[in-house]
Amino acid sequence: MANTDFHLEFQEFEDDQGFIKSNQSSTTVTIDDPIKSRKQRKATGTAPEEEEIDPLDSNDQTELLSGEKRSAPFWTFEFYQTLFDVDSHQVKNRIVGSILPWPGKNFVEVYLRSNPDLYGPFWICATLVFAIAISGNISSFVVNHGQPKYKYVPDFRKVTMAATAIYSYAWLVPLALWGFLTWRNTKITSLVSYSFMQIVCVYGYSLSIYIPAVILWIIPSEGLRWFSIVVALCLSGSVLVMTFWPAIRDDKPRITIAIIATIVILHVLLAVGCKACFFSRPTYEMDPSEDHNEPLRTTSTLSST
Amino acid sequence: MAEVDESSKPLFAGLSDISISEDIPVEGDISVPVGSQNADNDLSTLDEPVKDTILRDLRAIGQKFVHVMYPKKSSALLRDWDLWGPLILCVTLALMLQSGSADSEEDGRPQFAEVFVIIWFGSVIITLNSKLLGGTISFFQSLCVLGYCILPLTVAMIVCRIVLLGGSGVIGFAVRLIVVTASFSWSTFASTAFLADSQPANRKALVVYPVFLFYFVIGWMILTFSPSH
Repeated sequence: MANTDFHLEFQEFEDDQGFIKSNQSSTTVTIDDPIKSRKQRKATGTAPEEEEIDPLDSNDQTELLSGEKRSAPFWTFEFYQTLFDVDSHQVKNRIVGSILPWPGKNFVEVYLRSNPDLYGPFWICATLVFAIAISGNISSFVVNHGQPKYKYVPDFRKVTMAATAIYSYAWLVPLALWGFLTWRNTKITSLVSYSFMQIVCVYGYSLSIYIPAVILWIIPSEGLRWFSIVVALCLSGSVLVMTFWPAIRDDKPRITIAIIATIVILHVLLAVGCKACFFSRPTYEMDPSEDHNEPLRTTSTLSST
Repeated sequence: MAEVDESSKPLFAGLSDISISEDIPVEGDISVPVGSQNADNDLSTLDEPVKDTILRDLRAIGQKFVHVMYPKKSSALLRDWDLWGPLILCVTLALMLQSGSADSEEDGRPQFAEVFVIIWFGSVIITLNSKLLGGTISFFQSLCVLGYCILPLTVAMIVCRIVLLGGSGVIGFAVRLIVVTASFSWSTFASTAFLADSQPANRKALVVYPVFLFYFVIGWMILTFSPSH
């Protein structure tokens, strides 16, 4: 009768962290995985905007309210943590998706869904800034190597100039575009409306094609530089256009064309401007310390060609 | 009563044997060590000569330098973090990298403030990034690790300066390139060894990449350093 195995020890439950961790590391499709469960829901046709309450979600601040992803107020740290809720393979997929446009796939729908992140835009812009500065220095060194009067000085101010240009492009243009689209949405109802973070995300990831292009610009061949600019512009420009097309196609044709033209022109201006300001032409001598004279000289050669 | 004793026998066996009778006096004394001993400890470190205090801190910094040069999985850097080492390294590196004040030929070289700001601002951004991605490391621990792992790059800077004393030719450039590349990969590897454990498993690459970019930029600044003639 005596139960010798009866122990009065309190059986410790595994704490939530251990439980969640073991689920996250599994490779099978589990219901706990928020990304895969969203994919399943998307496949069955339910709207991706509605977030079910996931009881095993370790971050209980994100999905408490259905229909709202970011329930934390913007001055708390948790709000920004929800903007960095991506894994390595997701970032890799998003970069690949922004480089290779596929006619049917809308970048926001396929890759972002309701999970735009700030990691990609921020670090892609940072990498691009340093890539431009370093490649610009290398190219000016390579071009002017043989000339006796030339003394190589690493031009550090290029970093600050490049940073200002690229970060303002990556943040102010989405802001303007989002404001414009929101204003148009009050006049015409369109099926698709993008949040500000999604637009910032699209623009940030679309800049990723410029990183290999900028590295190619080290080689001082004008034909190669223009070729790489055209290729990069086509790829990322088409991603941008295909992303924004569903949001503006219901509008008046003039406005639609105007928006598309603005997006493309701004993209072209960024690429050509970076090339003109930071990369010297192989035909004339460049004085590296007289940095402010560069735009004047390059515009004169631009107008002459 | 008998069943109760039987069922509880394996647990409380022997308890029933204990009986405390009232005529056995219990005596002893209970003393709690009061704060007087702690006060003595405080006073003793206050009283020690300044040389001892400084030497103790220097020894701690030196021990962390050794941990960085031979990175193995030790928690010394994380446990007792301090920011003296990063400050010494950053100031040394910025002093060696800076340009002269009023030279017009050397406009392109970074100023002292620029190098200083890049190192500290870059470390803060990387720390914020790893915390936003869900890392469990604290803010100052991460700053400490990133700062201490600049040590190989500072050593490379000193070596580059010595090599440049012999003139800047192609061989000198090749030597500098090899030295800077080796020290930059050493720095990245060392800081990854310390920081990697605190990140969630599927985001390690996302955390390592900014560290790689940070040391790459510092290595680039060291490599392109040209001396004033």
